[in-house]
Amino acid sequence: MVTITGVIPRPSTYTGLWSWLTTVDHKRIGALYGFSAFFFFIIGGIEAGIMRMQLVTSDNSMVSADWFNAMFTMHGTTMIFMVIMPFGATFFNFLVPLMIGARDVAFPRLNAFSYWTFLFGALLMHAGFLIGQVPDAGWFSYANLTAAPFSEGKGLDFWALSLQVLGVASLAAGFNFVVTIINMRAPGMSLMRMPVFIWMTLVTSILLVLAFPIITVALIELTADRQFGANFFNTAAGGDPILWQHLFWLFGHPEVYILILPAMGVVSEIIPTYSRKPLFGYPVVVFSGIVIAIMSWAVWSHHMFTVGLGPIANSVFTITTMLIAVPTGVKIFNWVGTMWNGSIDLKTPMLMAIGFVALFIVGGLSGVSHAVSPSDFQQQDTYYIVAHIHYVLFGGAIFGIFAGIYYWYPKITGKMYNELLGKIHFWLMFVGMNLTFFPMHYAGLNGMPRRIYTYAEGFGWEGMNLLATIGYFVIVISLLIFIHNFFRSIKKGEEAGHDPWDAPTLEWSISSPPPVYNFAEVPVVRGQDAYWITKREAAARGETVPAEPHVDPSTIHLPSPSYWPLITSFGVVWIAGGLLIDVGWDYIRFPISFVGGIITILGVIGWSLEPPAEEHHEAADHH
Amino acid sequence: MAHADTTHAPPAHPPAHEEETTTGINHRKLLMWVFLGSDCLFFGSLIATYMVYRGQSIVGPYPRDIIDVPITTVSTFVLLMSSFAMVMGVAAARNGNQKRLIQWLVLTIILGGTFIGFQVYEFNLFRVEGLRYETNLFSSTFFTLTGFHGAHVTLGLVWLIALAIMAARNPAGRPSDLDVDIAGLYWHFVDIVWIVIFTLLYLIGGFDGPPEAGHAAVQGWNWVTGLIS
Repeated sequence: MVTITGVIPRPSTYTGLWSWLTTVDHKRIGALYGFSAFFFFIIGGIEAGIMRMQLVTSDNSMVSADWFNAMFTMHGTTMIFMVIMPFGATFFNFLVPLMIGARDVAFPRLNAFSYWTFLFGALLMHAGFLIGQVPDAGWFSYANLTAAPFSEGKGLDFWALSLQVLGVASLAAGFNFVVTIINMRAPGMSLMRMPVFIWMTLVTSILLVLAFPIITVALIELTADRQFGANFFNTAAGGDPILWQHLFWLFGHPEVYILILPAMGVVSEIIPTYSRKPLFGYPVVVFSGIVIAIMSWAVWSHHMFTVGLGPIANSVFTITTMLIAVPTGVKIFNWVGTMWNGSIDLKTPMLMAIGFVALFIVGGLSGVSHAVSPSDFQQQDTYYIVAHIHYVLFGGAIFGIFAGIYYWYPKITGKMYNELLGKIHFWLMFVGMNLTFFPMHYAGLNGMPRRIYTYAEGFGWEGMNLLATIGYFVIVISLLIFIHNFFRSIKKGEEAGHDPWDAPTLEWSISSPPPVYNFAEVPVVRGQDAYWITKREAAARGETVPAEPHVDPSTIHLPSPSYWPLITSFGVVWIAGGLLIDVGWDYIRFPISFVGGIITILGVIGWSLEPPAEEHHEAADHH
Repeated sequence: MAHADTTHAPPAHPPAHEEETTTGINHRKLLMWVFLGSDCLFFGSLIATYMVYRGQSIVGPYPRDIIDVPITTVSTFVLLMSSFAMVMGVAAARNGNQKRLIQWLVLTIILGGTFIGFQVYEFNLFRVEGLRYETNLFSSTFFTLTGFHGAHVTLGLVWLIALAIMAARNPAGRPSDLDVDIAGLYWHFVDIVWIVIFTLLYLIGGFDGPPEAGHAAVQGWNWVTGLIS
């Protein structure tokens, strides 16, 4: 056993395919997360397109009801777990060590494990498409629609087990970023000097760590019911389907803030930079984020107002839900206050950030309207809810993500994107987004239920659905412009320089793209907006601050690449995949799944016997 | 071990950069605390499921037919004593007394293994007496909760065995007192969870019978059987 590290020699290449498979560099893992998330964004977008085409007119028969069910289930699941969350992870990975002045995250191999587990889990869920077993019970898969008699086939097993694997990935990432942010800050960076993005990452990671065990248990119970004949949601044995709703939403509401807080952090970095002013009310923004995280645990039953929990429960959750709008509203005032009297530069990231604020207000207000439980009884399961969730997740999270992509594009690639194309992208996406989702408010209030695969004529819903479908294609065009801009600028964009925006945070003090070791010399932080302080002091002396000069990477102690995270992830997904094998003889899946367990254990053993960083054969003596 | 390349061997002392942390707490130890926080929610959800379904099983065997509080009291005592042995092991590691460390680790492993032995015996007895995983709500919630606890104990045993082997092979270096300390945190957590489980599932819930007449579960059952007949 001990010689395992010798059996598989340590990967030593730093270029080519193997270097990406074995990388533990947070910047590369961030890039992998980003491209994977965008890939699934396209898949989720195609699923949305199929639904929009089906609903474009009444009595349409482009797809069957079953296929439509599969489409809205996979659209929701993909966009939440395989797009917005990994986009968040993209920013966490790339930015957290750079912004806090660290060489890497606390556990670089665990970080690689998170990525590969996420990717394998997402691919496992989509593998269901290949054998025609697609989950079709909605993204929150209410019991007992998910019970074996009502959902035959393997679709929901794919859903439950893949989501379990994605949960493992998210938990590992959450642990890693909590430890990294608490423990690896540069000297002088006290908690109240951290950039707001770092604060929001910390809050999000803590929510991840605490919320995901709950969905883990819910999925274990669902899997036990479907695979091993347990009775958790079996009404014939006295089981209660409402338990699933409680567990799911007790996870699900913190999850909503897991999706939106990273975008809020991104916007809190961008608005000060382009307003040439420090963030207005920094401690209040931080405190609001913490309050949102705490209160997100006390609002879950507003998803269940129509279940019949009784007037007291509904009243309590109405009040808590309206209260959570307060810290969110405070943040919006802070962003507006930052822009107030600032010298605003309307570059693409700033436009996206302002778009985020504007659209998130619309989504927030419709959210408050169904926080009121009597009003929610009218809105429940209508397109009004669909409009709300897309204003907060598309208008909110996706606009925040694109704001971040444009803002850090020069840092990540070293090149400048095309500003004109960026602005065209913003305006088309802004118009398309509103064209798609604003009419849904009216459709919903006029009684159009969500999740119907078609509707009869005569309800007056055709016009609004046609507008929404046109809006979808406007969004598609805007994204094609983005893709063109992204890849063309990598090849032909101007050199960006290390600090094109005169930004306040530490990642801009090093060259673009950042060297493998990040900081040759660990920066010392002397206040909020650390890099602004450095630059203002230099400017007072009549100097400019160049990027930190490069040094020979071999003189710096860095974590070494490793095969073990990849192998361990492969084992984890094999465990889940084995349970999905369907070849007639039912019991074959347990031994196959068991093999995955052995691979995982071997991976963990190899991992723990391998030191995190290879001693440099020559350079080791310098330490 | 004989032909292991010396450059691949773990360093005798953790690399210096591992020591420099903002809070002064080691990364791995902080990771363990965060993980335990997360695990609280995991067991919390499983325990909540058990409590929601307590006394709602429509068919037997019910807890009062099958739960044996005295035997589990013994196994609980054994597990708590393993925590004591673990504390002594952590203290020995801190004092650099490798021999004592190995002795206490082995005692912890024996006590923990005995607890797992009790659990295997109990699960098997329940199966023989007609309580299978799919029998009723009690069986599903009971086996899931105590099974996941048992899995945690088993994982802890594997970990402690690995530490004991490391200590026996390499008396001068690994495991560091930090390695033992982190394993100890995990071990104590698993014991504390068992105290909660023992209280709720055995001392309080161990005497539950079928749901009382008029209970929603019974009404539901009557409605279902009415449909069939």
